Amino acid sequence: MPVADRTKQIASDDILLFCTFRNEDVRLPFFLDYYRKLGINHFLLVDNDSDDGGHDFVKEQPDVSLWKTKGAYGEARYGVDWLTYLQGKYADGHWALTVDVDEFFVYPFCDTRPIRALADWLDASQVRSFGAMLLDMYPKGPVGQAHYQRGSDPFEAANWFDPGNYIMSKNKLLNNLWIQGGPRARTFFASKPKQAPALNKIPFVKWRKPYAYVSSTHMMLPRGLNLVYDQQGGEKTSGILLHAKFLNTFEDRVVEEAARGEHYNAGREYKTYAERHGTDPDLWCQWSEQYINWRQLEILGLMSKGNWA
Amino acid sequence: MTLGVVMLVHTGFDRAAQMVRHWSDAGCPVVVHVDSNVGKKAYDQFVQSLADLSDVRFCARHRCEWGTWGLVAASQEATTLLLEEFAQVQHVYLASGACLPLRPVQELRAYLEARPDTDFIESATTADVPWTVGGLDRERFTLHFPFAWKKHRRLFDRFVQLQQAVGYKRAIPDGLVPHMGSQWWCLTRQTLDAILQDPNRATYEKYFRRVWIPDESYYQTLARLHSRKIESRSLTLAKFDFQGKPHIFFDDHLELLQRSHCFVARKIWHDANLLYQVFPRPSDPSIASQEPNSSTIDRVFSQAVERRTRGRQGLFMQSRFPSTDRQNCIAAAPYAVLHGLDDVFPDFQSWLTKQTGAQVHGHLFARDRVHFADESTTYRGGLSDSARLRDYNAKMFLTNLIWNGRDDYHCFQFGPSDSQDIRWTLAKDTQASIWVVSGAWSIPLFASGRSASDVRAEAARLQRIEDLFLKRLRSPQAYARIKITTLAEFIEAPMEMLQSIIDEIAGHKGNALTEVPKMADLKGFPDFLQDLKNQGMHPFLTGNITVGNTGKSSSPQRRKPYVISQK
Repeated sequence: MPVADRTKQIASDDILLFCTFRNEDVRLPFFLDYYRKLGINHFLLVDNDSDDGGHDFVKEQPDVSLWKTKGAYGEARYGVDWLTYLQGKYADGHWALTVDVDEFFVYPFCDTRPIRALADWLDASQVRSFGAMLLDMYPKGPVGQAHYQRGSDPFEAANWFDPGNYIMSKNKLLNNLWIQGGPRARTFFASKPKQAPALNKIPFVKWRKPYAYVSSTHMMLPRGLNLVYDQQGGEKTSGILLHAKFLNTFEDRVVEEAARGEHYNAGREYKTYAERHGTDPDLWCQWSEQYINWRQLEILGLMSKGNWA
Repeated sequence: MTLGVVMLVHTGFDRAAQMVRHWSDAGCPVVVHVDSNVGKKAYDQFVQSLADLSDVRFCARHRCEWGTWGLVAASQEATTLLLEEFAQVQHVYLASGACLPLRPVQELRAYLEARPDTDFIESATTADVPWTVGGLDRERFTLHFPFAWKKHRRLFDRFVQLQQAVGYKRAIPDGLVPHMGSQWWCLTRQTLDAILQDPNRATYEKYFRRVWIPDESYYQTLARLHSRKIESRSLTLAKFDFQGKPHIFFDDHLELLQRSHCFVARKIWHDANLLYQVFPRPSDPSIASQEPNSSTIDRVFSQAVERRTRGRQGLFMQSRFPSTDRQNCIAAAPYAVLHGLDDVFPDFQSWLTKQTGAQVHGHLFARDRVHFADESTTYRGGLSDSARLRDYNAKMFLTNLIWNGRDDYHCFQFGPSDSQDIRWTLAKDTQASIWVVSGAWSIPLFASGRSASDVRAEAARLQRIEDLFLKRLRSPQAYARIKITTLAEFIEAPMEMLQSIIDEIAGHKGNALTEVPKMADLKGFPDFLQDLKNQGMHPFLTGNITVGNTGKSSSPQRRKPYVISQK
């Protein structure tokens, strides 16, 4: 159900952002700011029955089209179905970035080149999809003590990450890489590593009508879009989604989502958090790295410039 | 004498118009060719936007598809018009709408005026340069290419294969020696006249129409026929990636471009406002006579090609996942696997650390937990000591460990009590050096003080596991550096292997060993092994251990260590 439909403004080569959210009023202002600065032209947002002020806030934004739904998040394949419909309708022929409200896209040269430069370069290279691994960011000290203020940069508080403990294997069915690891595998899932959350993501795609995400933005159909990695030893160009999950907002989310049980596998991940660490874990360790910029992530080998220079 | 410009345009008309003005303002007549695929409205608008310039012409239009004759036809058309209309033109510069002059056009003109007879065109024989993508170098001159490479790749490839299979070869016209090079040239009027008015032009054209990517070979070949003086280089800075597509310059390339002193660069990103604002740089007499030098840019872009095609050895990440079925160099740096040595020398780990300064880990693959060098619970990169997590993907645990600490040399202890999933990876990896003392697992069993009948089953299990590992190490697919010795051989002359290990780890820094690690007390060990045999469990991997050889080495301190370095 459209709340604010400004899709008529979308120009033929606009770069679009797709996102579903629920009760994210506190995060939305910085989120929109961040992506406007990268050069997103239009935001297509789906509000999953929020009851805070976020709905009214985004409704008034001049570059946002907003839909609202009351359907349960879990039933609609974690929000993917709603977005698939909108993507099919509005994204055909556009570059489309699909992210969550707590995911911040970083790509090579993102501090000097707008996202259109990336899109144009990918077009020129005849690349249709662009991978960006999810990188969990966390504060030094208990997560609950990293206070996030509406509108501020979440990575001022949560600016640490695990630099070198990611493992991956190939999903033979869809040809995507399945990546796990990071602080969540290390702390919450050490005894059941198979259940550790997937970190592989393919958020930036030159959209065509029949395309569809299969599970969140982890993998896609047709399968060729999942080949964002090289198998001969070379490196394809890739980015990172900085994940601003572990802030004081995490605590409320864990309690709420564990009770709602609508995320993947009835919110198993959130239940694990709640059981294992209370809701206020400390993820920092002596090998944590403090975030500086994309070049640091490139040198560490978490993302790659590939042949973009 | 004047410089004239032929500009090929198919998109980005606002920038193209801006470039036409640059050239025109500097006194260069311009003939523009617009791809006939461009719609009438866009074309008319473009022509209109330049209507105020008297020295700008638009020539008849051809269809310009990548790699086809149309591009040559377009430049021929435009060049003919330019030479006809502007008699004062002595050099013709071929540019595109995405070519940006970096230096004042006056400097380029002065440069050409000082070299009135020189043709600047990159032109090399196909036999000598491996530039081409897709392996078609010589063959692009001898086969037919009726199918578009970009649109009908499969047909293109099939047809090429077919011609190769039947041994088809087109004849190259007499007198022509195929040359190729960058399509962006700057030729003299004389050379162009000779090419365009060549009595054989029709024959050559007929031939080049069927050559693959003729715009990289037509002028390059014919200039060799007619030019008085060829400088085989392009005055246009253009870099290509591993697929032969041009690299694009962005605002953050400003400094690189400034330092290159190149006259013209391409391709410039349409929205690189800063570049379009800064270039062409204002004239500056102090640097006006600088020769173009693109070596820094060359380095940056060849690094990019290197990263895309070869990548960083030993890195497994989201966009680099080399198949290890096809490659044998797995980890990022050399490392050593020490199998059984810590059974013979109980404090081997600390001794080796002291001797080499390397990162000497305990049993990384122990079943209880990961024993990192510092026995910590997390290690570099955030690796956990959880055995479960490690075993979930043992290979990536190892590659991560080495990648994270690739500045150091890593060694770790290994044995049959450890988790064994990693053994194939170790055996295959050319980065691994594996030192095995087989049968050494019997020493801790002996030292436990339990009787042979008690440990019989355990001994059999360990021996079975170790035997499997040895089989892997002896398979033809084992590419690691492997040295296997039996326990019996080892304790007869331990210094030899120890010195080799030290030399390998410390390299030239390795000293002759002065301090020998303390060997486990082996008094009574032969009897223990005999008891095992009597129980029916033959420890065949230990070799033949007798009272004689254990006695000698149980007091190694008395021997004067005298070892000749292996290196």
